[in-house]
Amino acid sequence: MAESKPKPKVKKEAVPIPKQPPEVRRRNFNEVALGYTEEQALEEANRCLQCIKPQCVKGCPVEIDIPAFIKLLREGKYEEGIRKIKEKNSLPAICGRVCPQEEQCQKFCVLGKVGDPVSIGRLERFLADWERARGFTNPEKAPPTGKKVAIIGAGPAGLTAAADLAKLGHKVVIFEALHLPGGVLVYGIPEFRLPKSIVQAEVDYIKKLGVEFKLGYLIGRTYTIPELLKERGFDAVFIGTGAGLPQFLGVPGENLGGIYSASEFLIRVNLMKAYAFPDYDTPIRVGRHVAVIGGGNVAMDSARSALRLGAEQVCIVYRRTREELPAREEEIENAEEEGIICKFLAAPKRFIGDEKGWVKQMECIAMELGPPDESGRRRPIPIKGSEFLMDTDTVIIAIGRTPNPIIQRTTEGLEVTEWGTIVADENGKTSLEGVYAGGDIVTGEATVISAMGAGKRAARAIHEYLMSKK
Amino acid sequence: MYKIVAAKELAPKIKLFEIYAPEMAEKAKPGQFIMVVVGEKGERVPLTIAGYDAKKGTIAFAFNEVGKSTKQLGLLKEGDYIWNITGPLGNPSEIRNFGKVLCVAGGVMIAPMLLQVKALREAGNTVVTVIGARIKELLFYREEIKALSHSFYVATDDGSEGYKGLDFLKEILAKENFDRCIAMGPVSMLKTVSEITKPLKIPTIVTLMPPMVDGMGMCGVCRVSVGGKMMFGCVDGPEFDGHLVDYEELVKRQRMLLPEERLSSVLWELGGCGCGRK
Repeated sequence: MAESKPKPKVKKEAVPIPKQPPEVRRRNFNEVALGYTEEQALEEANRCLQCIKPQCVKGCPVEIDIPAFIKLLREGKYEEGIRKIKEKNSLPAICGRVCPQEEQCQKFCVLGKVGDPVSIGRLERFLADWERARGFTNPEKAPPTGKKVAIIGAGPAGLTAAADLAKLGHKVVIFEALHLPGGVLVYGIPEFRLPKSIVQAEVDYIKKLGVEFKLGYLIGRTYTIPELLKERGFDAVFIGTGAGLPQFLGVPGENLGGIYSASEFLIRVNLMKAYAFPDYDTPIRVGRHVAVIGGGNVAMDSARSALRLGAEQVCIVYRRTREELPAREEEIENAEEEGIICKFLAAPKRFIGDEKGWVKQMECIAMELGPPDESGRRRPIPIKGSEFLMDTDTVIIAIGRTPNPIIQRTTEGLEVTEWGTIVADENGKTSLEGVYAGGDIVTGEATVISAMGAGKRAARAIHEYLMSKK
Repeated sequence: MYKIVAAKELAPKIKLFEIYAPEMAEKAKPGQFIMVVVGEKGERVPLTIAGYDAKKGTIAFAFNEVGKSTKQLGLLKEGDYIWNITGPLGNPSEIRNFGKVLCVAGGVMIAPMLLQVKALREAGNTVVTVIGARIKELLFYREEIKALSHSFYVATDDGSEGYKGLDFLKEILAKENFDRCIAMGPVSMLKTVSEITKPLKIPTIVTLMPPMVDGMGMCGVCRVSVGGKMMFGCVDGPEFDGHLVDYEELVKRQRMLLPEERLSSVLWELGGCGCGRK
């Protein structure tokens, strides 16, 4: 077809994605980015040069054949296009929304040298949404192998590993500690960035593959890993328990009312749907002046959620500058458009409460940037005598999450690092036979897609292990 | 979904449910708790395990009908189902032969105390038990606990049955030596008991049930200051050294979202706020 050949002149600008206007969306929990229309998707897909040696694929942690799916898309072969993506990625509607494409596939797109790279993520989302609207067809599955695999944690790593292993014909059971599947996709990422109905649809797709979900099972308490292998008939185990433990600042006053860990705040809002209180039973209280400590995606998610819950002013307090903010550029821009303000080069020293034990002020200290530290970012150094007070009645601490420790504590012989992560090779193999791990529990807090990549590699390794075992 | 195989009223607004949950029944130990979600829109409510029977495949828990979730739970009957339960969670109690143990339980926590008393007896301890409540009508398990204890006392806040308040503990402790004290009940009671045992240097273990959301170490709502250190009720507890707990802070943290909890409860009882939306 004519379209599959590069056109002589390629538009430098990507087709923008329609969004809810900032003044509207800052008060609702509906999805911010609305997704391409068919016309927009075709226009954007036509920008792809169909490189003979595509660079974008190198940037994809799950190695999607990007030029191939874009070619199918622009030929109008949506069914084939989504199937091409699903060869490598079982959760495209999610990845199309939350992957940091600018750091991955799109970073390598040659068009990026002269203008905007092709909006690969938006095209992926278009196909995934098209498929969901039409209804999933039953996925193909290999004949049963008679092998049984336990997946611990129904987050991105676990769901991916489960889908791949089920397709290969293994019996898969997912043990999820919470009462809903999805892991960080349901308890962490807000509705306005990733609607939960999408996660549910992807979970339903995985159920169609024959995967059994056991909800409310905290492995390490209900069963231990050795019990799963020796007594419950599982041939292999994959650990994808993630990094969900909150970190606190360790400064005075941190236990005052109105001070939330980002985990608590987001779990209440996302998993428990506190934004729909009192229809849903879990409450949350957001005051007038919200301070969010930290500068990552979790901080942005918390800040934007607080705004939507009615805060008058939301301020992100970050100890470095805008340039060092670890959050995705797109999310920083979204937050700024919505009116979130940032206080850079500052860190809290203590919190001051009222007579009822509720936070009313925060004492901060100003910072300056010194030479780079081991992370390569410039180290913030407190400026002596620069303390100042900030009025705040709600504080959200979003300075990182650490690995969930229960598996490590209850699995004898499982090698663990001093940071509490599980030691695993690139295929997820741990120090115990038949036990694999991947995602944040191995790497520490990272991205959804890197966890999915790890789940994928582990599924391959588990399959090889199971098939070589008699 | 978990089936309620037996439901019993222990006292006004205090109920005990027995649930068919064979996997939990096999694993549960004294001191642990579960998270109960009544329905799809429900909260996650932490409740202490008050019994388990691996043969029957059941676990039991008691609850006080105070908020919307527990009131909703209270409407369920034998044969009904609970949407989700996660457990057992938290660290089991340390049970061994300590020698002579003073057990003090108040309110709804008398139910799990029965489990402690049983386990302590089986481990060979001499057990002295005190049960208490605001008023005599709220007391239960008198005979059950009495039968398992070497000595048994009752106390009420208003003096309507047994001793008035817990001051009498001082007299008992002045007469007899104790090796350990276990307290389960409202924070005010835990604080009083800890203050009484502290000068006598009796190791005192209190069960804390601070507000929780996930109950597995993720949210940090249940953080308590113990000896100046930040601890999580769910994964570091629920039992802590009673002499080191910052009770003032705990009470304030428990009351953090009280207005919202009351609102939720009232709206539910009235069937909405009157605006037509349910």
